Amino acid sequence: MNLSTQKRNGSTVLSVAEARLDAHNSAELKDVILKLLEDGSRQIVVDLSQVGFIDSSGLGALLSGYKNASLRSSGFLLAGLQPRVRSMFELTRLTRVFEIYPTLEDALRGD
Amino acid sequence: MGGETDVKVDIVVPNQTRYLSLIGNIGEQIAKELTGYQGDRDALAYNLNLVLTEAMVNAIQHATPGEKDKTVRVWIHVGDEALCIRVYDQGQGFDLESVPTPDFEDPSEHGRGIFFIRQLMDSVTYRRTEDGNVLEMRKKLA
Repeated sequence: MNLSTQKRNGSTVLSVAEARLDAHNSAELKDVILKLLEDGSRQIVVDLSQVGFIDSSGLGALLSGYKNASLRSSGFLLAGLQPRVRSMFELTRLTRVFEIYPTLEDALRGD
Repeated sequence: MGGETDVKVDIVVPNQTRYLSLIGNIGEQIAKELTGYQGDRDALAYNLNLVLTEAMVNAIQHATPGEKDKTVRVWIHVGDEALCIRVYDQGQGFDLESVPTPDFEDPSEHGRGIFFIRQLMDSVTYRRTEDGNVLEMRKKLA
């Protein structure tokens, strides 16, 4: 799975460079998020701008990240959702759970 | 595919998640070719990709544990007025009616696959076959 991380303004930006986030690769994303938290990340921003497709497993991996971050009082933000991907969050009402920002820069600014 | 649409796809793949994109993308491409469809074709393309992906994950998950040589068969028929997708598994099966709606107030990591299929298709059934089970999903196109 193509994942990259970088530190920006005290946040860890996790960029998912995959067209699909599905049951084939979501377990790896879940593990990477957990490792970042265990290594002390205080805020993770997941950049999903390159992801054009997400399934229930992909949503589950992000929800796992959100819950694990909350347990550690760390921040967990999503950024750059493509419209169809966002509509899957809406259909499952996960827009009420996640902090979602239009772009990575918006998430890093917190507005 | 304008005019009289009559397309059948019948494909068998190993029951492994690496084939999810192949199967999902077939549904997406079929939708994009439906030039006579009056609805939002891009949304239909995404939704068919999603329901095929979810149905195949379901088939893989309900396969008999430890048996790696099993396959999943995907059969799709597209007509002018409706499309029908059947996903055949060789596993133990499950009770579709007992799958609950997700708890939106206390969301769990799991349990949205069948929800997506129910939301995005007009009907869904799951029944035994001679050597396994079949999940059948239908959607009206006109």
